[in-house]
Formats: sequence, C-alpha cells, structure tokens
Amino acid sequence: MSKTKQMASDLMAWVDARLPVTSAYEKHMSKYYAPKNVNWWYVFGLLAMVMFINQILSGIWLTMSYVPSGEEAFASVEYIMRDVEWGWLIRYMHSTGASFFFLVVYLHMFRGILYGSYQKPRELIWLFGMLVYLVMMAEGFMGYILPWGNMSYWGAQVIISLFGAVPYIGEGLTEWIRGDYLISGITLNRFFALHVIALPLVLALLIVLHILALHEVGSNNPDGIEIKKKLDKYGVPLDGVPFHPYFTIGKIPYVAIFLMVFCGVLFFFPEGGGYFIEKPNFEPANGLKTPEHIAPVWYYGAFYAMLRAVTFDLFFIDAKLLGVIVMAGAIAILFVLPWLDRSPVKSWRYKGWMSKVAIVLFAISFAILTFLGTQPATVLYTYMAQFFTVVYFAFFIGMPFYTKAEKCKPVPERIPE
Amino acid sequence: MTQEGVNQGRRRFLGAATAAVGAVGAVGVAVPFVGSWAPNEKAKAVGGPVKVDISKVEEGRLLRAEWRGKPIYILKRSPKVLETLASEELKSLLLDPDSETSSQQPEFAQNDARSLNGSDILILEGVCTHLGCAPALHYEVKAEPFDANWMGGFFCPCHGSKFDLAGRVFNGVPAPTNLPVPPHFIEDGVATIGIEGGEA
Repeated sequence: MSKTKQMASDLMAWVDARLPVTSAYEKHMSKYYAPKNVNWWYVFGLLAMVMFINQILSGIWLTMSYVPSGEEAFASVEYIMRDVEWGWLIRYMHSTGASFFFLVVYLHMFRGILYGSYQKPRELIWLFGMLVYLVMMAEGFMGYILPWGNMSYWGAQVIISLFGAVPYIGEGLTEWIRGDYLISGITLNRFFALHVIALPLVLALLIVLHILALHEVGSNNPDGIEIKKKLDKYGVPLDGVPFHPYFTIGKIPYVAIFLMVFCGVLFFFPEGGGYFIEKPNFEPANGLKTPEHIAPVWYYGAFYAMLRAVTFDLFFIDAKLLGVIVMAGAIAILFVLPWLDRSPVKSWRYKGWMSKVAIVLFAISFAILTFLGTQPATVLYTYMAQFFTVVYFAFFIGMPFYTKAEKCKPVPERIPE
Repeated sequence: MTQEGVNQGRRRFLGAATAAVGAVGAVGVAVPFVGSWAPNEKAKAVGGPVKVDISKVEEGRLLRAEWRGKPIYILKRSPKVLETLASEELKSLLLDPDSETSSQQPEFAQNDARSLNGSDILILEGVCTHLGCAPALHYEVKAEPFDANWMGGFFCPCHGSKFDLAGRVFNGVPAPTNLPVPPHFIEDGVATIGIEGGEA
C-alpha cells in the first residue's frame, strides 16, 4: 500500500472510532440492498429529494431579498423579479419547483398504491410519508400567501375560514390563526416565520424518519416480493443489488431527463399557464375585491373540489362543516390505507381484477377532481365533483372487502427473470 | 449497577412526580407562545365606526365601503324588488326567510328587506358566510349561468352560494346563514356603520 493510501485509511479509522461514518455509509449505501427489479416508478422518491433541496436552496436565497410585511411584500417580490441579479430565476425555481415537488410526490404516492408499498412491514414508512405530504400542503399554502397578491389574500381567507366551521370555537380559532379580524400583515408575518423555518425543520425531520424506516425494512418492488427472505451465505439478499452504485448511478439518466423537463417549464412556462402562479396574483392583495374565481393551485385541486362538492346538509351538520369534514376525511383516510388493504399480496400485478379496476378508477377520479378544483363551480361540474368524490371514498371504504373477496395470483418466491 | 434494595414504588413515584411537574412547566411555557397569536392591541384598536354618504346612491348600483377591513355593501333597491323580497315565491326558496338567526343582523333589520324599518337601503357585510369571499351583485331578474330562474341577488363566485337582494341565503348552497347586516344607522343621507342609532 502506498503511503498516501495508508494515511487515508488511518485517518478514516481515526474518524470511525469517533463517528460511525463507514458503518453508516455501508448501512445506507453500499450494503443497503435494493431489489434488482425496481423500475422507473422508483425514481420519484429520489426526485422528491432533489426538489426538496431545490426548494430549500432557492428559498434561502429568496429570503435574502423578500420583505415580510403587508406594505412591502408585493413590491419586494417584484423587486426580486426585476432588480435582483438572477432573482427571476431563483423565484421561478421556487414557485415552479413547488408544483414539480408536488407532482413527483403524487407519483411517488401512487407508486406506493400500485405496488402495495404501504403494506406490512412498511406501515410506518407510509405514515411518515403521509405526514411529509400533510406538512408539505401546509408549507405550500403558507408560501402562496407570501407574495401578497390578490389570490394569496383570498386563498388565505378561504382556507383559514375553513377552521371557522368547527362548532363553538370556530370564530375564535380563525381570529387566533389570523391574529386579526381579517387576513392582514400580521397573518403574513407569522406565516412567513412558519414557512421559512418551522415547517422546513419539521419536513426535514420527517424525511429523515421516512428514510430511516425505509432502510430498516428495505424497499418494496413491483412484484411485492420480500427479497430479505432469500439470502445467500453472506446474508445478502439474492435478488438485491447494492444501493450504491447500482441504484444511484442507474437512476442518474432519469434525474437528468427530469431536470430537462423541469428546466423547460422553468424557462418557457414558469407560471404554468396560470396553474402554478394564478393570474390574480399579479395584482396586490385587496381585501375589498374578491377575484372573479378563487381556485387553489392545481396540487390542492382534488381536495378543494371535494370541499365544494358538499352543497347539502346532513342531519344536524350543515353543508359548510360537512364540506370541511369530507375534505379532511379525504386526507385522513390515506393515513389508514395500510390497514384497509387485506390482500395477501402487495403488488397489483398479483391482485385480482377488482383491485386493478379500483386503482384505475381511483386514479381517474383523483385526476378529474384535481381538474375540477381549479375550475369555476358550474352545475355540471358540481355534479361531477360529487360523483367522483364518492368514487374516491369508495376506493378506500370498499378496500377491506374487495381485497378480501378477490382471487389473487400466486406470488413467486424469487423475483422472476 | 445493583438493583438490590431499590424501592421500586418510590422510584416510580419520583419519576412520575418529576414528569408531572415538567408537564406543568411545559404548559406554562406554552401560554405566552400560544397567546402571542391572538389579535394584538393595535389590531383591536382599528375598528371604529365609519360614515358613508349615501345620498347619491343609484338604484341597483352597489356602493362599497370598508369597516374593520371588511367590504360593506350599500344597495338601494326598487319598490318592485322590495315586493319580490316579501313574496312567498321567493321566500319558499330561502333557508332562513324570516332572518331568525339573530347573530346575522341587528334586531331592527329582522324584516323582509333586512334594513332599517324595511327601507330600500340595504347595508350588508360583503363577506360570504361560507368561506369569506365577497359575493358579487347580479341585480337584474334574468337567466344566469348559475341559475336559470334568477330573481336578482348576490352570487358568490368561489363556491356558488346564492343570496337574494336582502342578503338572505338560498337553500341548497354551501353558505349556512344569511349575509350579516352590520349595526348601523342613517341620518341626513349619511350612513354610520359600526354602531346602532341611539348608542352614539
């Protein structure tokens, strides 16, 4: 061994005696075994990490020029767009990045549904992932208020008013959240604090827990076969490959393609035709003028459509509260997914026809609800939203029955060649 | 370490007592942080009554004012509209036709026109009782995209809530109550919004 190599290995031994660097690297990278059959669906978790880093980095730079106050916020965003060197790019990286972050997270979640990645023993991974998603929704909502455009203002008005539907304490609760009798600079300031420091810290922690839980049990795969059940004499899964370099290097082309698409949108359609940054948000916040049509950014569309779909009272619950319950329920029911699926197999490749139909209908209804949430509420659209809300819930509520009743295909012991 | 001679009961008690005291301390620390979010003194101070000259309002034209940061709608209605507002045909479509939810208007406005002495001047908070958008005025009786048999009123573009020209909510829309009428009085063509007559 050469002298420099010897020195490097001595240094590493010195560090390892004080900090578990090598063992952590082995546990999470070189001796963490990923199933050899993971396909392109498995890249979205990695892409979500890429987008998280993009949001953190561009966000830190934005706070350097943004002024969180009711008087100056709108002007400071225009200042970033026009006067700050590269400000336009960094701002669009953040605002367009938010849409891409949600896009890859939705695809990542759908992958989990397709291949049953939430099933035993991966329930905690799913729960931490759902918490990440929930905090992301709060983070995105608060971030959308910061430019203090007219849609920022009225979007906040609508969403905070949701808490007013809580019986008895509703009104006091909304005042407490706003810190004022209506949305004001006071609200803006506290949401800024939550958006730039409190929630990102929580997100980072949850992502770490999500990954630690994943690395404890190992990745699922498109066949839903537990690779840890078949080990070689060294205890290495026969159907596994080391995460690094096989998964890491292998997924670089996908990351490159994704970044090309992201950059294409970033440079040529940064506002996403009004779906990433809505048109009324280029006017300053005006508490006396509601935009013609208040719609959330597309990634909240499905839940917003379900909120709006409830136009009727049920027993003693009025429509307003019922709408909030339906919307909250639509998110809450995702959390219990691991306990709704009673199928003996994980992946839809081996599930029966009922599960396959249910998953396809679920995906269609979620996509249509997402679209409806961004559109004005006409009579036809309201009926459609009601119909697809029922389909959405039927997917979950029916799951314990159809996954139990259907006939599944036998799952091979080893991953098929 | 040896566990011999350890009084487990006492150890558990001391552990629990320490945890309890710690929890009380944590709640105590939470008080200022949670309390800090409540509306502050400056926010509370803004909110005195406002005066609006209504001598020149035209029939069917919405005049907007601001009180406590909320949009205030002032609308003069024709005698024909007041007739419609009292009609059974319209009232049968409403959730609370007789304004029985007392939180939504001062006592003096509990009439079909929901105004002072049933007058033609309507003063409303332009805040939808569903989720707080500002409903838009569609004054004319004509078929609208959202209602083929529209009899005139307010339509909230956010979630499709409908109100008549007295701010009363229709059945089958998400808004649960009528639009609020703020306390106000009218004197010499000037509306004072924020207090009732006699209080000043």
